Amino acid sequence: MLTFLEWLGSTSWSIALLESLYMWPLLESTHVLSLGLFVGTAVINDLRLLGWTMNRVPVSEVTGRLLPWTRLGFVIMVTTGLLLFYANPVRYYHNIFFRLKVLLMIVAGLNAFAFHRGIHRRVAEWDLDAVLPREARLAGAVSLVAWALIVVSGRMIAYNWFDCIIQPQTAFVNWAAGCVIEP
Amino acid sequence: MQQTRTGGTDAVLLPFFEWCDATAVGEWIRNSLWLFPAIEAVHLLGLCVLGGSLLVVDLRLLGLGLKRQTIEELGGQLRPWLVGAIGVMIATGLLLFFSEAVKCYYNQSFWVKITTLPIALLFTFTVRQRVVRSGGLETSARTRLVGAASIVLWFTVAAAGRWIGFS
Repeated sequence: MLTFLEWLGSTSWSIALLESLYMWPLLESTHVLSLGLFVGTAVINDLRLLGWTMNRVPVSEVTGRLLPWTRLGFVIMVTTGLLLFYANPVRYYHNIFFRLKVLLMIVAGLNAFAFHRGIHRRVAEWDLDAVLPREARLAGAVSLVAWALIVVSGRMIAYNWFDCIIQPQTAFVNWAAGCVIEP
Repeated sequence: MQQTRTGGTDAVLLPFFEWCDATAVGEWIRNSLWLFPAIEAVHLLGLCVLGGSLLVVDLRLLGLGLKRQTIEELGGQLRPWLVGAIGVMIATGLLLFFSEAVKCYYNQSFWVKITTLPIALLFTFTVRQRVVRSGGLETSARTRLVGAASIVLWFTVAAAGRWIGFS
């Protein structure tokens, strides 16, 4: 894995991207601004599942008409995110917040998968219920918390507090960041 | 300090920025390792809620998204979240500003943001609010124009805000 990332980071496009004057900031800005579209519409969806907004709008309307926009935001997020990763793969690989972010994205992904495969299949039965089924509320809550933590950990990737090159770190940090410490 | 860079009438404001920079709040955030990142993270979370509550209604004004609901209903239901998100963003934004006010003074992106922000706020709570409150199921050239203008205005504010950190 690390060998592959080291090779990836040594490719000329990766170096060009990392050192570019405008390309990197533009990618990063697009990544951040897409939060409004992607996490923004996802948040509205989650709030609806929790019964905290648009209670007179059927859940199937929200998921049906809003999620295409969430997906569009997701595509922009993933594209820019992968390019940003490509610009400096080894650094992100050893970044504790990046690792946390990836784990949380898996949690958010599994939660969304379980929701759409599970309770959402019977959405017609509870579309306008005053109190939505516990499974739906739970899915909304997990999604809301997971994405909030993903945004925060994503922001923290920029800071080098726990980078391997800054030693000494606690044993836990070195383990979590996968640092190789010369004895 | 290159105090000559923004000369003329603008320089009148410099003492105010220096005062902000020197406040206890500004110093407190500046001297902390994690306060600035923490406040900025909350600022970003505010952006998510603002983006969502704004875009759902703007898209609706454009005739996209939740088309079976009236513009007025969507706008009304999302208004508390929009106002709350704006409140959080202004509060955290002010804290971030106080911690680096003088830096902001010499930052062109900051000036773009701080001039477009009042325009966006004014537009949202006057023109847009009136159009949303009288909006039914149909979209018109007027609603589409207001939706598009809202997206463009807030996009400019957000983009300039992000660029403060790059310039």
